[in-house]
Amino acid sequence: MSYRSTPVPDDALEKITVKGLDFFYGDFHALTDITVGIKEKAVTAFIGPSGCGKSTFLRCFNRMNDLIPGARAEGRITLDGQDIYAAGVDPVDLRRRIGMIFQQPNPFPMSIYDNVAFGPRLQGVKKADLDKIVQTSLERANLWKETKDILGRNGLALSGGQQQRLCIARVLAVEPEVMLMDEPCSAIDPTSVQKIEDLMAELKDRITIVIVTHNMQQAARVSDFTAFFLQEMAGEPAVLVEYDRTANIFTSPKDRRTEDYITGRFG
Amino acid sequence: MASLPSIPTENKLRLVSRATHLKEIGLKNLFLVCACVAVAGVLLIFAFVGLRGWPAFAEVGPWSFLSGTEWNPTDGIFGILPLIWGTVVVMLGALVIGTPLAVGTAVFLSEIATPRVRAIVRPAVELLAGIPSVIYGFFGLIILRPIVANFTDGLGFGAVTAWFILAIMIVPTIATLSEDALRSVPPGIREASYAMGATTWQTIYKVLIPAAKIGIIDAIILGMGRAIGETMAVLMVVGNAPVFPESIAAPIATLTTQIVMDMPYAAGMHRTALFGMAIVLFLASMGLVALVRLMSRFQTSIESGR
Repeated sequence: MSYRSTPVPDDALEKITVKGLDFFYGDFHALTDITVGIKEKAVTAFIGPSGCGKSTFLRCFNRMNDLIPGARAEGRITLDGQDIYAAGVDPVDLRRRIGMIFQQPNPFPMSIYDNVAFGPRLQGVKKADLDKIVQTSLERANLWKETKDILGRNGLALSGGQQQRLCIARVLAVEPEVMLMDEPCSAIDPTSVQKIEDLMAELKDRITIVIVTHNMQQAARVSDFTAFFLQEMAGEPAVLVEYDRTANIFTSPKDRRTEDYITGRFG
Repeated sequence: MASLPSIPTENKLRLVSRATHLKEIGLKNLFLVCACVAVAGVLLIFAFVGLRGWPAFAEVGPWSFLSGTEWNPTDGIFGILPLIWGTVVVMLGALVIGTPLAVGTAVFLSEIATPRVRAIVRPAVELLAGIPSVIYGFFGLIILRPIVANFTDGLGFGAVTAWFILAIMIVPTIATLSEDALRSVPPGIREASYAMGATTWQTIYKVLIPAAKIGIIDAIILGMGRAIGETMAVLMVVGNAPVFPESIAAPIATLTTQIVMDMPYAAGMHRTALFGMAIVLFLASMGLVALVRLMSRFQTSIESGR
């Protein structure tokens, strides 16, 4: 396993800070007392067994959980020091700053161009500037070469891996500060996984990335920091067991449960 | 290890019994017959209407039958253009009023209503389709016609009254099918739109309606079919004058209403001309069904990007 060549400095700023977060789906208490600081311009991985609430936690950052009836968060999450759950904060504006990539590639059933131009158009970017934005975004997503001659083709006509990079280009087009990735590689082929991992390494110079992954090797390969989540008993809320530099988590975990998980004793 | 009670076995594999075999064949054929009855029904009606109506085209001449501007059976003048015109005017007006209403209902049901509200509204919309059309006609005649009469200088018999009645009648067809189309948009696409920072309204009109476009157009086409074919309710409010109307509130007639009005007494060429009109209706609805088929093929082809 190879770790990132340039380590993130210890005094790196915290982009997102979470303090004492509890999360509920109606009566179901999904997460309890999560406290974590996500470093700026670094890749942070959330790992843990299925159903341990890591995706739920990720979706608190851009308030996608707001769309689920009965879901609510207690505690505090700040983006650059501002409480994102404070009264009056517009989740729509928040989501423009925090992009999200999903497990299933989900391009809109429209042309490749329109997919990438979607976000800028929402923000009222002038037509004349769109071509440039579309090209730059596709280039940053390493998809420009494959698509520059077929920009008018439906996004759904691309392969699964290309679709996922199209979704990344769509997010990059609005210049987000943070990109949340919810198991972005579990529904695509290995060659594409490689491309997306390379892409993450390139992108973290500009943006903060948080990735949920089932795949521990992937967490070890791509991330600077790793958080391990665990739901110890069915029906009980999940907890954040350990959060540290990825190298420490995978070589010298402090918690016995982390060690058991990464050595494959359960989960 | 405890020994299980042994099941007596024969050395040879058993053959399918003759009775089972016959039953299988019998059932298969029974279902085939059921399917054939439907197909035969369409073919028989088509043959019957075609044979009875063909002379209208042959003897009046297809061009003067279809584009003749005067319908005067007593004098042997059979031009059905006023009736085609009436049909088209009534249908288009109903679509213009009914489509926004129906698509709005579909958007509400699929994107805005909570499950509890939806559980009340959707059956209510479906119930609209179950109301006998004579009741709609009655409603139009008693309630709507006087209102229309107040706003226009006629008696309220005419296209306008029919528009409103028909608009309500096509709402369930268009609304339920459009809602199905909207709900069949993959949830990931909806999520992606919200995650991109789109508002609910932007998600609806920039992503969901375009994604469900073909399904919604299908729904509108089927609504057109309903509007063209509707007879009773239209008959009761439209005034039944087979002429080009001077205004949208003046009496007109449609193909279907004229057939109903004339059929009881028509004889000879007049009767044949009515069957000729039935052929026109038949072809129109077949054309609409074919259009729906074409649309869904079109959708498959854009999704695969060819």
